[in-house]
Amino acid sequence: MQKILEIQHCSKKFGENEVLKDISLSVAEGQVVSIIGPSGSGKSTLLRCATLLETMDNGDLIYTGQYAAKSNGTEAIYSDKATLQQIRKQFGLVFQNFNLFPHYTVLKNITEPPMLIGKRTKAEVYEEARELLRKMGLSQKENAYPCELSGGQQQRVSIARALAMKPKILFFDEPTSALDPELTGEILQVIKELAAEHMTMVIVTHEMSFARDVSNHIIFMDGGVIVEEGDPVQLIHHPQQERTKAFLSRFQQ
Amino acid sequence: MELSTLLNTVQQLFGGLGASALIFILTLVFSMPLGLLVAFGRMSKWAPLRFLLPKNQTCSKALYAIATFAPIQFLFKIYIAVLRGTPLMLQLFAIYYGPYYLFGIPISLDYRFVAVIIGFSVNYAAYFAEIYRSGIESIPVGQYEAATVLGYNKVQTFFRIIFPQMCKRILPPVTNEAITLVKDTSLAFVISYPEMFTIAKQISAAQTTIMPLIVAGVFYFIFNGVVAFVMERIEKSMNYYR
Ligand SMILES: Nc1ncnc2c1ncn2[C@@H]1O[C@H](COP(=O)(O)OP(=O)(O)O)[C@@H](O)[C@H]1O
Ligand SMILES: [Mg+2]
Repeated sequence: MQKILEIQHCSKKFGENEVLKDISLSVAEGQVVSIIGPSGSGKSTLLRCATLLETMDNGDLIYTGQYAAKSNGTEAIYSDKATLQQIRKQFGLVFQNFNLFPHYTVLKNITEPPMLIGKRTKAEVYEEARELLRKMGLSQKENAYPCELSGGQQQRVSIARALAMKPKILFFDEPTSALDPELTGEILQVIKELAAEHMTMVIVTHEMSFARDVSNHIIFMDGGVIVEEGDPVQLIHHPQQERTKAFLSRFQQ
Repeated sequence: MELSTLLNTVQQLFGGLGASALIFILTLVFSMPLGLLVAFGRMSKWAPLRFLLPKNQTCSKALYAIATFAPIQFLFKIYIAVLRGTPLMLQLFAIYYGPYYLFGIPISLDYRFVAVIIGFSVNYAAYFAEIYRSGIESIPVGQYEAATVLGYNKVQTFFRIIFPQMCKRILPPVTNEAITLVKDTSLAFVISYPEMFTIAKQISAAQTTIMPLIVAGVFYFIFNGVVAFVMERIEKSMNYYR
């Protein structure tokens, strides 16, 4: 299988705070990787480095063989703007708090990026957007504004917005953490359906049983390092490391 | 006072009201876009000496100050400080008489109007710049991040995502400025530009009555009623989203 994403020896400091320490991670086409870990362990920072919202201090960042950043031994050297803009088309990111554009209707939120950035035709983009909305069960809402939707509906729109760009890989940063408990299920269901369609995904989540069921590979992070990784069922039910056991025991009551 | 005199006064003041309205409109037309440029300058982070900062380690306070010095931001901070920190009346004087006292250029009467418009526009741009800046800075950083990840460049992000949301947020303070501007147009009297207040004062002095000033006051009040009404309509028209 083709590797979509490769991160090698990524490190990142905020001032004196070493947030990521020599993290390596690779995601093959069709793979679903979950990342779990206590808050403050660097999960968001890792996704933000992968999605070019944050720069790594050192390490390689490679999308389908194309270097976004390459280490010269001591620091990460990023590619030029044009290359990075090209690479941005390969991934999508779903935020914890949706970040929909409030002044656009649902339909415009989904259609403007592929038309403006993807340079695709209006007819094609609109047809695909309506298809995505149908899949998300939001056909009735295409002319609504984000403020008129529930949190779960907003998150489904933001997933549709990311998918409309046809990314090769989709990142989720705690996609259900800002939702009321009764609304998390609908989002997890959507992600499960995407997994069934072999969408390549990296998901940061605190929903352990969801992570176990949806992913092929799971990573436990703590203190900026990957403490343990491997088969999801194995890791969640038979963790090897003390820190993993301690973390998981808090979820098993 | 005779009715005919009163009518005559009202008629003259009406002409002056036209001049005041023209100052008001032209000032908004020039100062609102100019304010956006000033806001950009004020928010500039360009620091040509940033390369002096050592990577990933601390440095002395003095070196840090020099390395992060942003000259454009500094320049526009001064612009805003001076224009907000000195009386508009003084600024009108300076712009009207400045060319003569500084360079000996003779002042034409036509220049009076130009000086009024320049003075008001440059002054109000400083206020609008700070309003824009607060509006722009109040937009959640997630909006920038969502746009960036989708591939929007800086210009696209600003004009499609940030600017429209900024416009909605700044309407209340902009309404305040517009209402202040209606009243401030009367300051043009200091260089004897014949707007409503200048005329009211002249008639008042000639006829030794305060009636013209009272009528002018009523006119300013009505003018502001119209401004407030229009701004409220604009605010309502933007209420379709939160
Ligand atoms: N922009 C930032 N500036 C300074 N410190 C940050 C910043 N973002 C994150 N951090 C710090 O990095 C650490 C990891 O944060 P984060 O990646 O958000 O963890 P997680 O997503 O696992 O909860 C925390 O200690 C946090 O305070
Ligand atoms: Mg996080």
